Amino acid sequence: MSDTFKLNVDGVEVEVPKSYTLLQACEAAGAEIPRFCYHERLSIAGNCRMCLVDWVGAPKPIASCAQTVGDMRPNADGSPPNISTRSERAVKARNGVMEFLLINHPLDCPICDQGGECDLQDQAMGYGRAGSRYEENKRAVDDKYMGPLVKTVMTRCIQCTRCVRFVAEVAGVEEIGMANRGEDAEITTYLEKSLTSELSGNVIDLCPVGALTSRPYAFNARPWELRKTETIDVMDALGSAIRVDARGAGVMRILPRVNEEINEEWISDKTRFVWDGLARQRLDRPYIREGGRLRATEWSEALSAVASALKVNPAEIGSIAGDLASVEGMKALMDLLKPIGVKSLDCREDGTKLGLAADGSPMPRESWLFNSSIMGIDEADALLLVGVNPRTEAAVLNARIRRNWLKRDLPIFVVGERADLTYDFAYVGAGPESLSAIAPGSDAFETLRSAKRPMVIVGQGALARTDGAAVLHAASAIAAAVGAFQPVSGDAGGWNGFNVLHTAAGRVGGLDLGFLPSAGGRDAAGMVRALKSGDLKTLILLDADETDLGVRSGGTVIYIGSHGDRGAAQADIVLPSPAYTEKSATYVNTEGCVQRTTRAVSPKAEAREEWAIFRALSEMMGRPLPYDSLVELRSRLGADAPVFLGLDFAPQVDASTAPPPYGQAGALSAAPFKSPVSAFHLTNAICRASRTMAECAQVARGASPLAAAE
Amino acid sequence: MSARRFQDPDVTGTFVLSPDTEQQVAWWEAKYPRERRQSAVIPALWIAQKQNGGWLSEPAMRAVADRLGMPYIRVYEVATFYTMFNLAPVGTWHVQLCGTTPCALRGAEALKSTCEARIGPKGSVTSDGKLSWVEVECLGACVNAPMVQINDYYYEDLTPESLAGVLEDLAAGRAVKPGTYVVRQTSAPEGGATTLLDDALYDGSRAVPLTVIPGAPAPATAAAEPVATAPAAPEIQTKRSPEAPVDVVPPGDRPQGLASARAGQADDLKLIAGIGPKIEATLNSLGVFHFDQIAAWTRANVEWVDGYLSFKGRIDREDWIAQAKQLASPSSGKGARE
Repeated sequence: MSDTFKLNVDGVEVEVPKSYTLLQACEAAGAEIPRFCYHERLSIAGNCRMCLVDWVGAPKPIASCAQTVGDMRPNADGSPPNISTRSERAVKARNGVMEFLLINHPLDCPICDQGGECDLQDQAMGYGRAGSRYEENKRAVDDKYMGPLVKTVMTRCIQCTRCVRFVAEVAGVEEIGMANRGEDAEITTYLEKSLTSELSGNVIDLCPVGALTSRPYAFNARPWELRKTETIDVMDALGSAIRVDARGAGVMRILPRVNEEINEEWISDKTRFVWDGLARQRLDRPYIREGGRLRATEWSEALSAVASALKVNPAEIGSIAGDLASVEGMKALMDLLKPIGVKSLDCREDGTKLGLAADGSPMPRESWLFNSSIMGIDEADALLLVGVNPRTEAAVLNARIRRNWLKRDLPIFVVGERADLTYDFAYVGAGPESLSAIAPGSDAFETLRSAKRPMVIVGQGALARTDGAAVLHAASAIAAAVGAFQPVSGDAGGWNGFNVLHTAAGRVGGLDLGFLPSAGGRDAAGMVRALKSGDLKTLILLDADETDLGVRSGGTVIYIGSHGDRGAAQADIVLPSPAYTEKSATYVNTEGCVQRTTRAVSPKAEAREEWAIFRALSEMMGRPLPYDSLVELRSRLGADAPVFLGLDFAPQVDASTAPPPYGQAGALSAAPFKSPVSAFHLTNAICRASRTMAECAQVARGASPLAAAE
Repeated sequence: MSARRFQDPDVTGTFVLSPDTEQQVAWWEAKYPRERRQSAVIPALWIAQKQNGGWLSEPAMRAVADRLGMPYIRVYEVATFYTMFNLAPVGTWHVQLCGTTPCALRGAEALKSTCEARIGPKGSVTSDGKLSWVEVECLGACVNAPMVQINDYYYEDLTPESLAGVLEDLAAGRAVKPGTYVVRQTSAPEGGATTLLDDALYDGSRAVPLTVIPGAPAPATAAAEPVATAPAAPEIQTKRSPEAPVDVVPPGDRPQGLASARAGQADDLKLIAGIGPKIEATLNSLGVFHFDQIAAWTRANVEWVDGYLSFKGRIDREDWIAQAKQLASPSSGKGARE
């Protein structure tokens, strides 16, 4: 039996796998099949009937999305079955389906946010009839509350059930359903409660009509007046592919782009709805603190103030790069500070024990990467989560784990918080001491060892603590012991099942760059302590907003960033820089994939890109940096750190890959792991500036949803 | 009908399945594999509704969902889909009045007026909580139209007066009789039976004694050698040919046969309705080639052929003799048909 099947679609003969649906086969033959309920990444419902095609000889038109090619038979003479997508019968069938769909669909396109990007609108133009023959009353459906993100106009719903299937299958929270029946059927959440998924915004994209639209974006813009820029996201360490839609200087919305290797076509709610934070709390000009208050000033004054603050003993200068710091900014800052002898540099704002071993020697790059790659999750057949809550730390990645669990009942073991991860898991323990329980003979160990592609994911909750290096060693030792590291042998591709999941977009870039304390330098926590004690005179915070400097008596704190958050509030000199949508900057995601953002809108007022600030500063200090443009900076970057030479791919296991274990064996404390993401919606300066995120956080905390929404 | 939903969901309330309910739910649940136990959701909701006084409260629905390990929305879908689940309180006696065409033609409209007068508008509950009523679609008792269902029983062939009486009795706590409210036995004709009235049908006098069960294997003949051990089950022969020994002697006389067709020209026996090529060949093998031969069969001949072919009276039913007589007559015979 062959695995493929031949079909003749509109006179074009195609040979497709038997697992294909007829719809996919028709598309393979170049035919266009309209559809509403069918979606590649969801289960097949077959209820909209828009994809009807004509199978010559069949008594009725076939719903092509629900017909598996493997179930079809050739013609009596053995020739491939003839499918027509353009025959009179097929056209008439779709025309009829469209007429029925439009019977109860309001003709409110002029006030509908979906207008201009509506599947129903487009397909009615392509496949519908010119006018309506319907003379009865149209039905009306009450709108349903679904939370602060999803606005509903349920009269427009055509009951395709894509949203129902998405939240049940991908998001893993069964919260949307179809209540009642027949003409009264309506999509609703249970008792109109708010959706609790971190991926709920995706139902807006999935809805083929204007029933589910974006609440924050409501009545803001029309798709054709928006400038669309393809870029990447920095809200978590995945670097999801996004499209930023802007009008004038304002970002109007953020949509996902397809990137099979990272986010497929989903993005988290934080990624999608953070955009109103890009217009609030912005630093648009330099400030200098005088008498406890920040005073707006000119660049020249601010830079000379910084230059004089840097004229102290280099041992008294420190710099912390934060979660949103771009590689270019860190590179320029490093090139500025290291030549003058500054040793206290750290990009590990959260204190994660990655990058440097206890003796100060650099660790291999594999020790801080998500080595299996995000796509590798699909191949994993056993999984151990250590101190990580992927649902809040990387919601899109969590959906991938869930899919694997759904598909093959992936055995999952958890050490850490016992949270609702949207899949079942065996709970091993709360803290590092449980790692020692994963020894030969234990269920977790034996399951991982018998797996072909075992995977261990370690989160920042496990590494950003005093015994982080020991946890890193213990977890990677387990990975090594269960055979998670498989070097390349012959044609067989290698596999490194040890993974670190980061939460900050800038972290891996900083580690790759070596934005780390030199011998004798202080780490982030040390710098904060030294600043308090007076041992550190000048501290530069580059996009660092998670550091609490506490009460201090002296010292100069310089903050470079885009938002007036904790960093700026603690600073003596504030230098404004653009946010991620306003600059072309390099970020490295958790799997080590180097990606670049694209400028979608102009920086606010006088904000300057970080590297340009440091270039100007270097000029003022009389030690000009050896690059005058971003291109020169990047070529220098590639020369100094070759990992930045290649864009948009995750590193693979090869002969140079360092095998686990990584880190340093040591005593493991009993303190339970705690995820660094306590409030999913409020993890960085940009989302803390967003009203939408604040509202979501309020709902997530259990505040009255209706009061929050209205 | 319009969209049904909980009127005042008591989201903080709790509902505990009683031991009896729990036992019944467990009985239904046990019918399904463990991982498919959600299949018991409809009976479970029904049992919970019974425990809750005839309606499904939001806490009761949640209790069922928790019991079966289902997301609330999935159970909510089921509860709103089926109108048998009442999402608002009903009376102790919940009247479901059939308003579909057969009942409407037989006076359901008048019954509605009765309910409206006694209970109130459709969907309402009396202030004492005893009675409530709704209109439903066909309950499948059209032969006893018009009818209502009150809790678990049907009340049929109602008039406004009889329904009013039933409602009063129920409200007053008196026992009422389910079933029909006219003189008839279940769905039998009103006033008693109109056919099959002859007593002789029932006293056995019309019964014809059976000597041979048609088609049954005949008992071994006396001539057959007795078998000492347990005899093998007699082989039932379904196909017979003249060559095969006929072990069953059909009753009647074998018709006289011819060695061959007269003048070598047999009639087309297939012209007789009921005779196909197969039976024609069998008849030919018996020496029957012509219509006039069949026309001349005696009663005994017919019986014999009938038994031989295991026809169970088909020859008489299809009246081969009359057909053959007609075909054999020169005027309307074979030639005339062609």
